[in-house]
Amino acid sequence: MLFQPAIIALLLAAGLAVLMLLLATPFALQVIRRWDMASGSELQLILERRTYLFSTLVSFVLVVQLGALLLFVFNADRLAAMFVGAMCAVGTLNVNEWGFPALIAQMLVFFLAAAWLAINHVDTQARDYPLVRIKYGLLIVLLPFLAASFWLQFRYFSGLKANVITSCCGSMFSTEAESIAGDLSALPPLPAIWLFYSAMAVTTLLALWHWRRRGAVSGGLLALLSAAGFVVAMTGVLSFVSLYIYEHPHHHCPFCILKPEYDYRGYALYLPLFAATAAGLGAGAIQPFARVASLRAIVPRVSARLAALTAAGFLLFTVVATGFVLASNLILIEH
Amino acid sequence: MSPWLEKQFHLIDFTLASLARRKTRNLGLLVVYTLLVFVLASLTLYSNALRSEAKHVLAGSPEVILQRMVAGRHDLIPPGYLDKIGRIRGVQKKEGRLWGYYYDPVLNANYTFMARPASEVADGMIMVGEALARERGLAKNNTISFRSYSGKLFTFEVAAVLSPDSELLSADLVLLSEDDFRRFFEYPDGHYTDIALSVANPQEVRNVAAKLTAALPDSRPILREEVQRTYQSVFDWREGILLTVLAGAILAFAILAWEKASGLSAEEKREIGILKAIGWETGDVIRMKVWEGLLISLTAFLGGFLAAYVHVFHFGAAVFAPVLKGWSVLYPKFALVPAVDGLQVATLFFFTVFPYTAAILVPIWRAAITDPDAVMR
Amino acid sequence: MIELLDIRKAFNQNRPNEYWALHGIDLAIEAGKVTAFRGPSGSGKTTLLTIVGCLSRPTSGRVRFKGEDISALPERFLTDIRRQSFGFVFQQFNLIKGLSALENVILPAFPTGRPRAELVARAGELFARLQLAHRAQARVEWLSGGEQQRVAIARALINDPEVIIADEPTANLDTALSMEFMAILEGFTAAGKTVLLTSHDPLVVESSAVHRVVGMRDGRLIGD
Ligand SMILES: Nc1ncnc2c1ncn2[C@@H]1O[C@H](COP(=O)(O)OP(=O)(O)O)[C@@H](O)[C@H]1O
Ligand SMILES: [Mg+2]
Repeated sequence: MLFQPAIIALLLAAGLAVLMLLLATPFALQVIRRWDMASGSELQLILERRTYLFSTLVSFVLVVQLGALLLFVFNADRLAAMFVGAMCAVGTLNVNEWGFPALIAQMLVFFLAAAWLAINHVDTQARDYPLVRIKYGLLIVLLPFLAASFWLQFRYFSGLKANVITSCCGSMFSTEAESIAGDLSALPPLPAIWLFYSAMAVTTLLALWHWRRRGAVSGGLLALLSAAGFVVAMTGVLSFVSLYIYEHPHHHCPFCILKPEYDYRGYALYLPLFAATAAGLGAGAIQPFARVASLRAIVPRVSARLAALTAAGFLLFTVVATGFVLASNLILIEH
Repeated sequence: MSPWLEKQFHLIDFTLASLARRKTRNLGLLVVYTLLVFVLASLTLYSNALRSEAKHVLAGSPEVILQRMVAGRHDLIPPGYLDKIGRIRGVQKKEGRLWGYYYDPVLNANYTFMARPASEVADGMIMVGEALARERGLAKNNTISFRSYSGKLFTFEVAAVLSPDSELLSADLVLLSEDDFRRFFEYPDGHYTDIALSVANPQEVRNVAAKLTAALPDSRPILREEVQRTYQSVFDWREGILLTVLAGAILAFAILAWEKASGLSAEEKREIGILKAIGWETGDVIRMKVWEGLLISLTAFLGGFLAAYVHVFHFGAAVFAPVLKGWSVLYPKFALVPAVDGLQVATLFFFTVFPYTAAILVPIWRAAITDPDAVMR
Repeated sequence: MIELLDIRKAFNQNRPNEYWALHGIDLAIEAGKVTAFRGPSGSGKTTLLTIVGCLSRPTSGRVRFKGEDISALPERFLTDIRRQSFGFVFQQFNLIKGLSALENVILPAFPTGRPRAELVARAGELFARLQLAHRAQARVEWLSGGEQQRVAIARALINDPEVIIADEPTANLDTALSMEFMAILEGFTAAGKTVLLTSHDPLVVESSAVHRVVGMRDGRLIGD
């Protein structure tokens, strides 16, 4: 394994997050079994107070996961110097078969934690805490994901052998590559731009619609569209936004844009995108509970706010991406 | 302003006031925390400075160096060898290099002697590294004598002292003309130490190396990118080892933070009870305490980091240099070029703020669930 | 305004030292009046006030506040109700040392997120009304007992609650200051606030400012 400070930090963060939730699990189980809102007993009071600990812990895990996600990519980019053929994070992630799964697991944990916090938020607004059991059940479901993310990272980092020859963004996102990444990158610019802008417009409009109308159906749809919007947004970054940033007609890479050479412009793209997607998923995650009596007023209110966040995030992402395209000297499409 | 934001400001206000009221209690923790950041930051800043120094030097060195091997050992390049390479696609320039080590009994140190074309260094002149100049008290136009391995005394005039901005590798360097070099070491004519090749396209370096080994089976090409990789991993490895050693310190600190956060004074417990009784919610108390933790963290982090910056770049990392460096007797002095790397700062932040926050979460929660009716008893 | 139905409260439930502090209290409290609870020490007056004031929940029984059943509400919402609708004056004043009188007074409004300027203005009004304006910036530990209590009263009023709860408000005051407190109390009634207090001080319970006296003993009510 590469003995590297950032790697130790990442493993520490993932390991501690798992450990914290693991230690909390027995208490979560007790909440599920013994919860009785109507009771004035001292046990009920203790359980109720414990819920504060869980929301604090999960919020902490969410923040740490977001930080770890950034550090993970940042570090992968930096480690590229260690591997023959690696020019950026893609090469480092390709050193063994665990790299990309570890990255995806980390993103998944982030989005799941965000969804849990959305559910937690609406629940704590309702005077009878109607979702307590569901919530703590879900918390226990979250644990395996965290553990898997930790395990994948561990496998990935322990499998990092210096001097491995790897393939980088040049081949992985090359338009000839026989892979999903290759296919996505291979989209010709004009259709890609069309797809990108229509998807961003549809998602933003739906988010705005949901913000005004607050219906359960549009809320569920918003979650789906946010997820799809995330994928299309990444496709857009791969197929044309990155080209404009690199000012190179064949350099498709979602990671190099995070490098200082490109003024860290990737962060300006990804932060609003991730926030928007998390908010959209959160809005969807609370819709199944829209008909619970005590949540009837709360779910629409909270999901409207999340929808506003989604709309703002996707809009900002689109504006920033468009800004990069317009500011570029590359000409992909003849006028 | 939104009520949410106002509320956070109120909480920060309150936290600042309560930190100020309990200065001595918080000071101990803050000092330990700052010290921890200082040690870790010195470490990362220092190894990062060394790394960028090495990178700087390597950037000026040729992409491929070819050595001839005899019986598995590095040997001189015989005359005519250079021509045997022939034309290889991608190689822009190839030249023989002359260099060697010289042991100076005065300083008990090894210098690197390197030949330069006469256009750069005239016969009878030398250029010396800054550290060497300092240790031997040399300046421009001074003369210095070296006794060669064959016992003859040679006197040179210092033409220039090399610039210190990449001191690490040039510290012990002596540049002299090719003729002087051959006479001083009695180096056979036409022979070279190794061959330097420059390759413009980094993608082609490996092909060039493969062709070289095919054309000259008794040679060994050394690639710059490989040296770079080795440096990087050596530095990373040392840094990692030290961090692991210091993990004990981080853990001890986390335990201290836990202890401090758990051991609320009666006064503080009463305060939290009052806040809850007059309408603060458990979540508000948690938020207030989290702000407190963040303020302490950020103060300690900034303080420790700035102190480490000064320590490393203005005082040459006086405390850690011997652990992290150590190859030449001629330690470069006070001349690390300031280099701060985002990844390192982020990693450092993770290493210090994350354990601290993780350690105080449960104690914060415990304090926050104080019974609101406690103050009525 | 406030209705209590068969309120019981146990401490250390299901443990050897289990103790029932209240044994079935039924009571209705009128809005806009001053109600005093009188009884020997340990009779459960304070416990009852904590339940009425949303500081704790009854072990069993119902509490209705303005028609809404709040007995099974989670702490989070009890806190909301408490912050909006109840102001507390504690026996030991319970001011936070090291902070100025002004800072102490605006503390209960912090969670509401009202702008600071607005809070300071509101506190200024209260200080003026309580003749404390000159002491606003003084640290509370430098204030006299009477001043401390007036700071505590100002703090109870900052969120403009409908109900003021005072536990043994005159226990730490001399006669003159106690009289002063009763005068302030009359001001509350005039402003339409409901007041609940406990005391065994005759000066309080026999004062004309008090509309109703409820006797307590061993966790039970005894005839009005
Ligand atoms: N937190 C507690 N734990 C155990 N016993 C308590 C607690 N609070 C009050 N008690 C008991 O409940 C009884 C009533 O107390 P309290 O309501 O304070 O009476 P009063 O205010 O009339 O003096 C007392 O015997 C007291 O010891
Ligand atoms: Mg009492």
